[in-house]
Amino acid sequence: MYRYDEFDAAFVRQRVTQFADQVERRLAGEISEDEFKPLRLMNGVYLQLHAYMLRIAIPYGTLSSRQMRRLAHIARTYDKGYGHFTTRQNVQFNWPALKDVPAILAELAEVEMHAIQTSGNCIRNVTADHFAGAAFDEADDPRPYAEILRQWSSLHPEFSFLPRKFKIAVTGAAHDRAAIRLHDIGLEVKRGPDGGIGFAVHVGGGQGRTPMLAREINPFVPEADILAYVDAILRVYNLFGRRDNKFKARIKILVHETGIDEIRRMVEEEFDAIRGGVLGLPAEEAERIRAYFAPPAFEARPAVSAKLDAARAANPALDRFVRSNLHRHKAPGYTSLTISLKPIGGIPGDASADQMDAVAAIAERWAFSEIRVSHEQNLILPHLALDDVPAVYAALQAADLATANAGAITDIIACPGLDYCALANARSIPIASEISERFGAPERQDEIGPLSIKISGCINACGHHHVGHIGILGVDRKGEEFYQISLGGNPDESASIGEIVGPGFSSDGVVDAVETIVDTYLKLRTSPGETFLAAYRRLGEAPFKEALYGA
Amino acid sequence: MPEIFTANRLFDGDVVYRTAGGDWVADVDAAEVIDDADHLAATAIAVKADVDASKVLDAMPIAVVVTDGRVVPKRLRERIRAFGPTVKSDHRPGAV
Repeated sequence: MYRYDEFDAAFVRQRVTQFADQVERRLAGEISEDEFKPLRLMNGVYLQLHAYMLRIAIPYGTLSSRQMRRLAHIARTYDKGYGHFTTRQNVQFNWPALKDVPAILAELAEVEMHAIQTSGNCIRNVTADHFAGAAFDEADDPRPYAEILRQWSSLHPEFSFLPRKFKIAVTGAAHDRAAIRLHDIGLEVKRGPDGGIGFAVHVGGGQGRTPMLAREINPFVPEADILAYVDAILRVYNLFGRRDNKFKARIKILVHETGIDEIRRMVEEEFDAIRGGVLGLPAEEAERIRAYFAPPAFEARPAVSAKLDAARAANPALDRFVRSNLHRHKAPGYTSLTISLKPIGGIPGDASADQMDAVAAIAERWAFSEIRVSHEQNLILPHLALDDVPAVYAALQAADLATANAGAITDIIACPGLDYCALANARSIPIASEISERFGAPERQDEIGPLSIKISGCINACGHHHVGHIGILGVDRKGEEFYQISLGGNPDESASIGEIVGPGFSSDGVVDAVETIVDTYLKLRTSPGETFLAAYRRLGEAPFKEALYGA
Repeated sequence: MPEIFTANRLFDGDVVYRTAGGDWVADVDAAEVIDDADHLAATAIAVKADVDASKVLDAMPIAVVVTDGRVVPKRLRERIRAFGPTVKSDHRPGAV
């Protein structure tokens, strides 16, 4: 993992001291809320419905056991005993008191964490594939580049007041698990013809009220030029992005209105002016950062674990867990394990302090003390020996964390919604809970196969509803919650934006509507091997529309 | 429709309601229910003074229904603020 150098540590500590003073002055009434609000937002402090909310950055979703324990301690000491992992690979605490926030930030700084740039019109936490450094199919680990981008973008004076927020995602594999086509900039690590590292660069993707897929602006930018190229994109956006209308201020609108060819020309012109300058990435610097992310010392192991196979044969629940929650690892005899934060009927992304401690202990004992947060709101043990899976499964069971549903219909993404969020128009979590209960029986989930349901409580789309196979958007219709359903969304390399299937449903009717859609799929699929998404792409919306609304 | 004033308390962000005595309290039933435009306008001035004095923030009047002495906000958003999240807490040990 990356470790703070002296500069990082001093900078984060300085920021804590600075903010502690700002909070003190605010509490003393020396500065007004209008003056204080931009300062608190720069430090991740929002005001939500019930309380302040503190959003803490987890760079590219990577956490150590030590950091996870600190999050548990914060949940217990300053909050109500739990935290909420988000679709931005961050963690949020829903109930901190403003007076306690400086102490929380000081505790975070001790474990090399902070809440800087988790709000505001700046470059936000850079996200990455949650199986980075572990997945069998990656060209290279994307995290060193996410870290380099983090260092470049932290308090970047030119890019601290952009027209709007800016999100960058990096994937190391052609199979995109980081949803790079839904980000302002999406990078895919690639190998050039000579084996050298470079990046396919996508620009102008995003969700929100105007969902758009990113366009490829450059198929291969060499490693040495990547910072200069990204900087060139930011410069063009900073100059020409719309500042007159908040709803048209994201780079996706600029790309859409200007056209990708013209944007490419402008970026290339800017790039030509700065390439080879101070933003050049020397090979030795890239190597230095890469060294922080060197894979742990894997032992030589057989590709198949006789121990695990025997345990699976003896324990059908473990067998089912292994089928759904393990991901193929690049090292023989190892796996990446998804710890689902989606208990049946529960709250997507929530973990109690005890559960965080349990995950920290499990990672420490069996998984090199490394934990990831996925944008699907789950936790991952990226490096785990297959032989140790039965013991880890038992430990997860003891912590109520052994739900076998990764990628299944109950692995629902949901934003906090109207239960917590000041922007929401409708509730998300209770709908997620109800759907999860409706489809929670193991046989039912297995019959349905991979199907993603994503729920947002407002048009800002934090719950990624545009890219759910079944997307649900909560709206307010004359004071009543209503839910619009879209079908066919998908966040990976074959990304698509879901299409609204028809008029919305009341909170009483939306779960039945989802069931109607699922039943229609089960009836019409060519075989159990045809996934919901494949069936939808073959059939179109007509049969689903008919099932929902009649001919 | 009668209205009450709500806000978030500055130091901890908690949801609070303004009483007839000018205090800000967590109990929605203790809020002063105002059904008179002049009184509402006068109270709004006092509320602004509390905001300016950094006691509370995001203060605003909200519509309520009063039944048998219980004050229930009209909008769902305000009912959730008054009575807490509607999510089930049984998967969240330690939560209130």
